[in-house]
Amino acid sequence: MKLHGVHVPHMKNTAECKGVRMPVPAAVTIPMAMHIGKPAKLIVKKGDTVKLGQLIGEADGFVSSNIHSSVSGTVQKVDEMVSSMGAKVPCAVIASDGKQELYEGIKPPEPTDFDSFISAVKLSGVVGLGGAGFPSFVKLSVKELSKIEHVVINAAECEPYITSDTRTMMDKGEYVFKGIEAIKKYLGAKHFVIGIENNKKEAISRMKELSAKTEGVEVHVLPSMYPQGGEKVLVFNTVNRVIPKGGLPLDVGVIVINVTTLAFIAEYLETGIPLVEKCVTVDGSAVKEPKNIIVPIGTPIKDLIEAAGGLKADPAKVLYGGPMMGLTVPSMDEPVLKNTNAIVVMDKNEAKQHKTTPCIRCGACLNHCPFRLNPRDIAHAYKMGDGEALKKLCVDLCMECGCCSYICPANRPLVQTNKLAKIKLREYLAEQKAQQEKEGK
Amino acid sequence: MEKLILSVSPHISGKRTTQSIMLDVIIALIPAAIASVVFFGIRSLLVICVCIATCMLSEFLFEKLCKRENTVLDLSSAVTGMILAFNLPVTIPLWQAIFGSVVAIIVVKQLFGGIGQNFANPAIAARIVMMTAFSGTMTAWVAPNAINKAVDALSTATPLVAESKGETPPSYLTLLLGTHAGCIGETCAAALILGGLYLILRGVISWHTPAAFIAVVAIMSFICGKDALYQVLSGGLLLGAFFMATDYSTTPSTKWGKIIFGIGCGLITILIRFWGNLPEGVSFSILLMNILTPYISKLTQNKPLVGEAKV
Repeated sequence: MKLHGVHVPHMKNTAECKGVRMPVPAAVTIPMAMHIGKPAKLIVKKGDTVKLGQLIGEADGFVSSNIHSSVSGTVQKVDEMVSSMGAKVPCAVIASDGKQELYEGIKPPEPTDFDSFISAVKLSGVVGLGGAGFPSFVKLSVKELSKIEHVVINAAECEPYITSDTRTMMDKGEYVFKGIEAIKKYLGAKHFVIGIENNKKEAISRMKELSAKTEGVEVHVLPSMYPQGGEKVLVFNTVNRVIPKGGLPLDVGVIVINVTTLAFIAEYLETGIPLVEKCVTVDGSAVKEPKNIIVPIGTPIKDLIEAAGGLKADPAKVLYGGPMMGLTVPSMDEPVLKNTNAIVVMDKNEAKQHKTTPCIRCGACLNHCPFRLNPRDIAHAYKMGDGEALKKLCVDLCMECGCCSYICPANRPLVQTNKLAKIKLREYLAEQKAQQEKEGK
Repeated sequence: MEKLILSVSPHISGKRTTQSIMLDVIIALIPAAIASVVFFGIRSLLVICVCIATCMLSEFLFEKLCKRENTVLDLSSAVTGMILAFNLPVTIPLWQAIFGSVVAIIVVKQLFGGIGQNFANPAIAARIVMMTAFSGTMTAWVAPNAINKAVDALSTATPLVAESKGETPPSYLTLLLGTHAGCIGETCAAALILGGLYLILRGVISWHTPAAFIAVVAIMSFICGKDALYQVLSGGLLLGAFFMATDYSTTPSTKWGKIIFGIGCGLITILIRFWGNLPEGVSFSILLMNILTPYISKLTQNKPLVGEAKV
């Protein structure tokens, strides 16, 4: 069996560009929610002096993450902002003094066992850097370590434009393998698979070269087929297991970790510097000099664009991430987040939305869905408000990769309808449950 | 600075549009159209043009009348017109061709909701209506004039009729080239195969339906003691298998659905050809399978990759 997908243009224009460090921005805006889970608790107030790497937001609850200052300077104000997920969250605006003085408390953690390793990962503030932003320590806090059969390292990077994971493999390859050693040591995992799309020749040879020296690491070259980097798709294509609906990779004995996340963890174990900067691909039709830039978290997008030579055309659309699953940004003042791996600025031409025409029932959507869903029938069931049909069509399985919308010759907003249909299904299931409880009484 | 666009992902889309798909189909039909002009003369071009123009005009006017969004530019009505013309003899009176085109677009397509909503293939349904209404002119096939000027405009049996009447059937080469009597676009097997392969290579249609359809006709002919190759190359089989049994809205979308659809078409064609009263059954087979399409689709739904919860 093979999973379907779509061939998207690669546009990996920046694959050769080693990350360059940009000048320290005048100010950074650091929101307390750059991860999935509860926002962190802000622990600084206006006027406080902070240093690079100092804790400014404390993880609140289990699924949450620490947040550190990415510059040295003074807290200008404590404010509220709308996060990329749409909720209002507190944020700290820190004026930089340009010195980037390291916080005194920073020292390499010295983990000795599983528990101290997990708490080190927690302290580092690392979240899934591939884009999901799930706190990494939560993922690694496996209760039964013996359940882990494979660790799949996600280096597929299937989105157009983005090359930041490619650069991790090229520039920080040894850290990727130090990360593997750490997981081996503290989690007892034995088998590692690095999944890379075949359009990254140099990264593949670098990984192969390093894996020859390490036991139990397999470099799995995958066809360049979007969404190869989707968690379920990658697990299926590398270790041939199907993660059940609503389940986690661990349910089938797998841990999936992004390659940049892994390299960061290894680097943190060595230096003790928490997650304060990111290598971000800046590209898109409106960007003058597309490149990879190492940027302090919280830097306004406009400063980042400036570091990439500015714009050559009026921006029409700005994205966090790539064009297949990226989120649109309302203004250039929005900050770079922990899970930002690319900023794509599209000009008017590239951002042009094609006209939606009637469905011709060509079946392209259902023949390209990686999970074999039927977006055509889902759209119909949604229109009819048929919750039972949506349940049968398993719309809740949809990962919103966008293959259906991309491939649709009628340019129908299929993935968008899927999102609405998921909400509809949740409402329907809740209603059904309430009904049952009522009858039960 | 202008306001930035906010929208839901994905932010790029594939190049293929409904219009480009229909354009591909028209391109694929052009070799057979050229062959028809070469063999049957310029009148075949006239019939093709009349059908296309009538189809597009009916679609335009009907949508105007109903205040629906105009879809005439997606070229689907042009494809319908072209395929309908291919199913008519070159001698067809033009008013009958116009009537057929109006039936195809308005009755079979638009009354059911327009593109993507019709359950029957417009060209096929219209052809069957015309067969019933104008059985005389619809079967007035002539021999290709370019080959034999002397018998120009004289009714001649098509290969399948010739066979059923026990006359000497044409050779394989004649069938392949299309230099025999028949409808405008169905005679030149080589041109139809070329067009079909183009569509398959372009990914506009999948190979499943035509392969199943043609294979079943060939195998069943062989089992029934008939000449399999002759059966495949004659009649409207290739036109039907490549261009009409692959219509999106009236056929199943999944791989197995397409295969079942093709097998069904093949079996019905054979039943009509060998045991029915009509010499040819491709149109009826596709129409009957069109009716079964919703059931086949239901049976062959893709199974979502749900996975099993591990205990």
